[in-house]
Amino acid sequence: MEQTLLEIHDLSVSFRMYDRGFEQTDLQVIAGLSLTVYPGEIVAVAGSSGAGKSLLASAILGILPSNAAVKGQLLYKGRELTPALQKQLRGTEIALVPQSVEFLDPLMKVGAQAEGHSRTAGSADKRRELFRRFGLPDGTEKMYPFQLSGGMARRVLVSAALMTDAELIIADEPTPGMSLDQALEALKMFRELADEGKAVILITHDIDLAASFADRVAVFYEGTTVETVSASDFKAGTLSHPYSKALWRALPQNGFEYERK
Amino acid sequence: MKGTVSRLIRIFFSYGVRLVSLLLAVTVVTFALVSLSPVDPVQQYILGLGAAVSPEQRAEIEDYWGVNEPPAERYLGWLSQVLHGNLGESSLYRRPVADIIGERFRGSLALMLCAWVLSGVTGFVLGCVMGMYKDRLPDRILKKVCYIISSLPTFWLGLVFLLVFSVQLGWFPIGFSAPIGVLDSDVTVGQRIYHLLLPAFTLSLMSFANIALHTRQKLSDVLGSEYVLFARARGEGEWTILCRHGLRNILIPALTLQFASFAELFGGSVIAENVFSYPGLGSAAAAAGLNSDVPLLLGVTLFSALFVGVGNMIANLLYGVIDPHIREGER
Repeated sequence: MEQTLLEIHDLSVSFRMYDRGFEQTDLQVIAGLSLTVYPGEIVAVAGSSGAGKSLLASAILGILPSNAAVKGQLLYKGRELTPALQKQLRGTEIALVPQSVEFLDPLMKVGAQAEGHSRTAGSADKRRELFRRFGLPDGTEKMYPFQLSGGMARRVLVSAALMTDAELIIADEPTPGMSLDQALEALKMFRELADEGKAVILITHDIDLAASFADRVAVFYEGTTVETVSASDFKAGTLSHPYSKALWRALPQNGFEYERK
Repeated sequence: MKGTVSRLIRIFFSYGVRLVSLLLAVTVVTFALVSLSPVDPVQQYILGLGAAVSPEQRAEIEDYWGVNEPPAERYLGWLSQVLHGNLGESSLYRRPVADIIGERFRGSLALMLCAWVLSGVTGFVLGCVMGMYKDRLPDRILKKVCYIISSLPTFWLGLVFLLVFSVQLGWFPIGFSAPIGVLDSDVTVGQRIYHLLLPAFTLSLMSFANIALHTRQKLSDVLGSEYVLFARARGEGEWTILCRHGLRNILIPALTLQFASFAELFGGSVIAENVFSYPGLGSAAAAAGLNSDVPLLLGVTLFSALFVGVGNMIANLLYGVIDPHIREGER
């Protein structure tokens, strides 16, 4: 059996909330989620927006807010992912591509942000090369986030993740706002990384994208992965869970059907 | 860079217009208030002469000073003199008002500058500590300290400090800006600073809580932001986050707030200077008010409006220079 890069068993995340007065309620956002990622593959976590997919990334990195409770087992290369290990791996072995321009410091030039806090002598060259590959014009590095379009910001964020030599890249909706060419370039680079033996978790609401570029697709519904299938099965429509089937049939090329609950 | 210069000139011009109109408004209002008040400058002048004056002589003096002219004419006469640089003569000190303001302001400036820097730096540092440890023990203690100090009246705090540090412990002088019985020309810089410390400290306590609580809130907003979440995801430690993202994002509002606090600073200096018998503009203002010295009162009011107006102007200019949203947004 091949060594797994990341194993998630029965992960639950809940938030402690204070209702009116002192009434305390636990809001369950992820429940009983399991996911396995092998080196060399792109795994898509696909599901509708606002279902807690981004929290999965935070849980893996150990950067959930302090009122969050995490249960379940997380293994990185077979080792238990403790808070200390998470701290050590963040930004070195596990890199995040966050969602939007909001994740960039509004008062820092984007070149410095892409290069990151642990800048070395070669950082600037590497950053320049990445910006060039993503078609970011010269001078972008001197701009502030508010001067970027959404697509440019996402390309900067992807560059920031690729600056590291991370083994595992968690990309949270990396492509919206990019042109088709730019999105393909980003996905091509993810594929190259996977071919080098690294792994990418692609969090997306775009089923088409998931099916076209990932090796396997985990269908995320109501805080958990209802099934994980290979992309080819997904394309063929051989799905077992009713939600995945419904998701599949709702795509324009598959009939555009939807069922009212 | 050329754009920045021309923009600065434009801003200077527009603020200049605002400042002049503000000062004009202040002259109208203060002149009207003094005219309506029971203060009688002629009576004050006669008292100052120290000689008996007959009713006929009094009428002559009134005519000479133009007391019986309509208020609008008196105002215009006064204003034209002010515009020519003549603020009149203080009936209390028997010297030109402009000289008194210039001399007293130097003392006040040293005091206010010390207090301003002290409150700004301590407030900012404490605010950072509170923000970093939000809702934990250091924050809870410091927050209470801030609330207590900002609810204590400055004059009372000044008296307590005098009592404890000057009278009982004898660490500091009990007042004035120089040792008693020493010629002004013989006073050393060290002695001046020594006399300045306690009043400056008292004055700084008045506004540091404000900036500390503001910085605390700002920093906690920044630490809860998505870009700090991303910084954490990239492995930045708390200290790196504070230096790399925190300071960058909280410094501009803190600086602005600090420059906008010139009004409170000036108001506080009136109290602090009186408590510590410190010869500054604030104590001159209080003396002018208590002794019905109208020319000095008008002069000090006008000058303090200028001082506060310039402070606010600097705050606005700083925003334009430091904040890239404004600096680069106009391109």
